[in-house]
Amino acid sequence: MRRHLISAADLSKDDALLILDTAEELAAVSERSVKKLPTLRGRTVVNLFFEDSTRTRISFEAAAKRLSADVINFSAKGSSVSKGESLKDTALTLEAMGADAVVIRHSASGAPHRLASWVRGSVLNAGDGTHEHPTQALLDAFTMRRRLGKLDGRRVTIVGDVLHSRVARSNVLLLGTLGAEVTLVAPPTLLPVAVETWPCEVSYDLDAVLPKSDAVMMLRVQRERMNAAYFPSAREYSRRYGLDPDRLAKMPDDALVMHPGPMNRGMEIAADVADSARSTIVEQVTNGVTIRMAVLYLLLGGAALEEGER
Amino acid sequence: MLEGPDINRALIRIAHEILERTKGAEGVVLLGIPTRGVQLAARLAGHIEQFEGAKVPVGSLDVTMYRDDLRLRPARALGATRLPADGIDDRVVVLVDDVLYSGRTVRAALDALNDLGRPRAVQLAALVDRGHRELPIRADYVGKNLPTAKSETVKVYLNEVDDRDAVVLIKKEGA
Repeated sequence: MRRHLISAADLSKDDALLILDTAEELAAVSERSVKKLPTLRGRTVVNLFFEDSTRTRISFEAAAKRLSADVINFSAKGSSVSKGESLKDTALTLEAMGADAVVIRHSASGAPHRLASWVRGSVLNAGDGTHEHPTQALLDAFTMRRRLGKLDGRRVTIVGDVLHSRVARSNVLLLGTLGAEVTLVAPPTLLPVAVETWPCEVSYDLDAVLPKSDAVMMLRVQRERMNAAYFPSAREYSRRYGLDPDRLAKMPDDALVMHPGPMNRGMEIAADVADSARSTIVEQVTNGVTIRMAVLYLLLGGAALEEGER
Repeated sequence: MLEGPDINRALIRIAHEILERTKGAEGVVLLGIPTRGVQLAARLAGHIEQFEGAKVPVGSLDVTMYRDDLRLRPARALGATRLPADGIDDRVVVLVDDVLYSGRTVRAALDALNDLGRPRAVQLAALVDRGHRELPIRADYVGKNLPTAKSETVKVYLNEVDDRDAVVLIKKEGA
C-alpha cells in the first residue's frame, strides 16, 4: 500500500484485494454491540471538506471513530478559508496540529495530489472535482463482490452523467484492475473527451446493454456542475437514460441496481426501482463505513512509511 | 522438536485436561487464534467429541486490531473472527494458540474478548510454551514446554495449512 489514496489507479490488484478482504473482516464490527476497535487510538484524522457533502464526511467520521481515532471536522464554510486562506496555508495549519491523515474533498481536480506534497500524514481523496473518488469505487466493488461473489469477468454498466462523475472514473479504473468488464452508457454530450482511451466499452443504447449486465450503476445528473445544456430536457433524459421498472425487467434476475447517492428520484432512477429488492443503495452506505475503516487501518494502522517506501 | 504423533498425543492430553478441569466441557467454547490456533482448536474439539460425545462450539478470534506492536511493522492483513452462533456470554472460553511466547498475543486476545462479550471464565491452551514471558500470563494447558533462546524461532506446521505436522526450532543465522 502507498502512503496516500488519491486515485483508484494507484491501487494494484493485490492492494485492492487486500482492502476488500480487510473490509470483509471489519464488516462484522458493525454488527457487534461494541462497535469499536482500539487500533488507531491516539491518531488524528482531519476531515477537510471544501465542498458540501453529508454522507461521505459522516462515513469517514464514523469509520475513524470506530477505529478510536480522534476526528477533527474542518469545513470551508465559516472557516479561515472564507477569509481567503490558501490550500497550502490550511495544510500547514493542519500539519502543525499533528494530523496523521487528512481526508480531503475539493471542487478542484488535483487538490489532494497537491496537498500530499505539503503534509507528512496520509492524504485520502474523498472526491476532487470531476476527477476521482476512490473510496466510493472501493465500496461499490465491495458491495458487488459481496452480492455477486466475485468481480472477475462480471459485466458492470455505468449509466448517466459520466462527464462530471468522479465516481465513474474511479470505478472504471478500479473495476478494470479487478478484472470486471465495464460499459459506459451516456448521451454523447455527457461523455468526457478521450473516453475511448479508458479501459472500458462505450454505448449510447441503454436498452441493448441492460440484458447483459450483472450490475447497473446509475449516476446522478450533476446539475450544479452543468453550465450549458447537455440534453434537451429532464424528461427526455429520463426517457432515454433513466432506469424505470420496464428497464429493470430487462435486466437479468439477479443483477444489481446501484447508485452512489444522492439520488434524483424520477430523473435517472425511478422511485420504485430505487426501493426494489435488487437495489443495493442502502447497503452501499453501510459498506462505505466498512471500506473506509479498512483504508484507514491499512494506511495508518502500521508503522509510518518513509517517502518512496511501499 | 515435535513430530506428527507427538503433536497428536499432546492434543489428546490437552483435550482430556480440558474435560477434567471443566467437568465434561459443559459451557466450553474453543476459540483459536489465527492462523494455526484455529486448526488446533478444531482438532481439540474433535478429540473432545470423540471422548465424551459432547459437541464443543469452535470459533476463531483475530487479535490483529488489538496488538500493541502494530506501529512497529507495516499494516498487516486481518485474520478471521468467527464466533459460535450462541456467542461467548457466560461461557468458559478456552483460547487456543500454537506458540506461547511473550504473552502479548494473549493480552490482545483478552482485550478483544472484552469487546465481544463477557465469558464466565477464560483459559488458555498452547501447543508449545517457549518461555520468555513479558507479561504476567500463563497457560492452563500446555502441549510441550520448550526451553529456547530469544534468538531462536519456533515454527509450528500443521497438516491443514502446511501439509505436514511438526514443531521446528530455527536457530537464527549468526546469533
